[in-house]
Amino acid sequence: MPHLKLLTANRLTDGVVVFLGADGDWQERLETLRPIREEETLAERELQAEADVAAQRVVGPYPIDVVEDDGDRLRPLRLREVIRAAGPTVRLDLGKQAEA
Amino acid sequence: MYRYDEFDRAFVLSRVTQFRDQVARRLSGELDEDQFKPLRLQNGLYLQLHAYMLRVAVPYGTLSSRQLRKLAHIARRYDRGYGHITTRQNIQYNWPKLEDTPDILAELAEVEMHALQTSGNCIRNVTADPHAGAAADEISDSRVTAEIIRQWSSLHPEFAFLPRKFKIAVTGSPNDRAAVKVHDIGLRLHRNDAGDAGYEVIVGGGQGRTPRIGQIIRSFLPAEHLLSYLEAILRVYNRFGRRDNLFKARIKILLEAVGVEEFTRQVEEEWAHTRETAVDVPLEEVERITAYFAPPPFEDSPPPASLDALARDDAEFALWRKSNLRAHQRRGYTIVNVSLKPTGGIPGDITAEQMETVADLAERYSFAELRFTKEQNIVLPHVREADVPALWQALRQADLAAANIGLLTDIIACPGLDYCNLANARSIPVAQAIQQRFDSIKRVHEVGPLTLNISGCINACGHHHVANIGILGVDKKGQEFYQITLGGRADEHAAIGTIVGRGQSGEEVPDPGGSLVET
Repeated sequence: MPHLKLLTANRLTDGVVVFLGADGDWQERLETLRPIREEETLAERELQAEADVAAQRVVGPYPIDVVEDDGDRLRPLRLREVIRAAGPTVRLDLGKQAEA
Repeated sequence: MYRYDEFDRAFVLSRVTQFRDQVARRLSGELDEDQFKPLRLQNGLYLQLHAYMLRVAVPYGTLSSRQLRKLAHIARRYDRGYGHITTRQNIQYNWPKLEDTPDILAELAEVEMHALQTSGNCIRNVTADPHAGAAADEISDSRVTAEIIRQWSSLHPEFAFLPRKFKIAVTGSPNDRAAVKVHDIGLRLHRNDAGDAGYEVIVGGGQGRTPRIGQIIRSFLPAEHLLSYLEAILRVYNRFGRRDNLFKARIKILLEAVGVEEFTRQVEEEWAHTRETAVDVPLEEVERITAYFAPPPFEDSPPPASLDALARDDAEFALWRKSNLRAHQRRGYTIVNVSLKPTGGIPGDITAEQMETVADLAERYSFAELRFTKEQNIVLPHVREADVPALWQALRQADLAAANIGLLTDIIACPGLDYCNLANARSIPVAQAIQQRFDSIKRVHEVGPLTLNISGCINACGHHHVANIGILGVDKKGQEFYQITLGGRADEHAAIGTIVGRGQSGEEVPDPGGSLVET
């Protein structure tokens, strides 16, 4: 894989952006999650995500590219996903960036 | 102001009950997302970047202070304390929870509001002149026509699944403030040589990825035939509009494909049937609806001399008076435009506290009546000129007195990539950077009337095609770039802007934009 991956989706009940962790839980923050490094793992996680869609946990899962910062903290590669993960760049008091 | 009748009340309440059941079935798993998505969209509920987004309909942008207070309450209780006024005179909330939306819709129904016709391939919430019933240049009140269209189009079974969304706008003034030439159907009220009221019917305008100026298919439609003629247009579109290609499904593409003469012939042929079978509104019903929009109890109130004196003494007031007031049809009254474009703000955003302040001021100074505009501002339509100084002071205290209506910093901007799932680039930070670049309100007034609009993608919710300076955000290999257009306008001389130069990076935009303004 050219880039590390994570699976993301929106939580069904409130639409909040979530990320699938290696333990199978959907987390609101991605920084400390373990990235997907191999195609086989990605395929497994996608299967789990689809199961969680069927179980009314999340909506619209898809993989995103992520990169590791110094200290192994993850951040999304593309701006769209950076904004989804943090919140609006014009309202730093909103979204997960406000809880940092 | 229009009031719901028993039918409206019953059907809106039944829709709330229906949606409550649909949400419960979605949460229980009885409905999957594919089944639920069209249902939520029919109730104005989208899923955006960060959360769900609920778009509330404000028919032709007209609302009461009581309704605005309810919108403030919803912002505070169910959202994050603010709302965003859209370029179609609606308001949207960016953070509601799915499980709360039935309660929100129930609260809206308490004040005769809903979220119908704000999404999906239906006839969308009709828009009109925000100065209707007040403007000095008005020939006929566009709200009456808009209300007739609202009643006709809401839940119209034949037009609930059109090839694509369908937008109608109405103006009753020669100076078009409703952008009727860039709508699927634009209606311009005017009188013929005999003095009878009727419509110029314009079809096939629109923005988006294929911007087009609408074409006149009938220069004078007698007012009593409004609905049968609209029905004929919609039937031709519903039958021949393309359903095989999302990007070619709007009526503008159909009109262009067959040509305006052939399209007109088809409509007239269909109208020969619909004028016999469709229900045109009986005169007594038009009169009943018109009565709801009767002028408020104006008092004879000569313009006070003190306004001129205040303007001489206070340059800030003088600028605000010059840019934000418009001529009223009654002597001694004025139309006050409340700008939601302070420097560094988010175009169209309004806090719950500001909503309550504006509701208070509408009650005190404008017969409790308000309008939302497609420029993402608010109008107090009927203000006594004698009350203007006190109103201005109150607006200043609420950070609502930006003196820039119709000027460079009155920027229309869509939510862009900060909120929207469809966007390719951010709009709001570009608007803020340009506002910072032109922070001198005196300089903005020296530049004079100028529109600058920004869209974060080709869907053009920010109306960039019809701005004097238009800015379109694009994604270039993962980077935000901005394409500039010049020469667009949205008024009675509507025009689509022409692309100039290469794309600019986000940092570069304020400077080329600035250079263009300076020249």
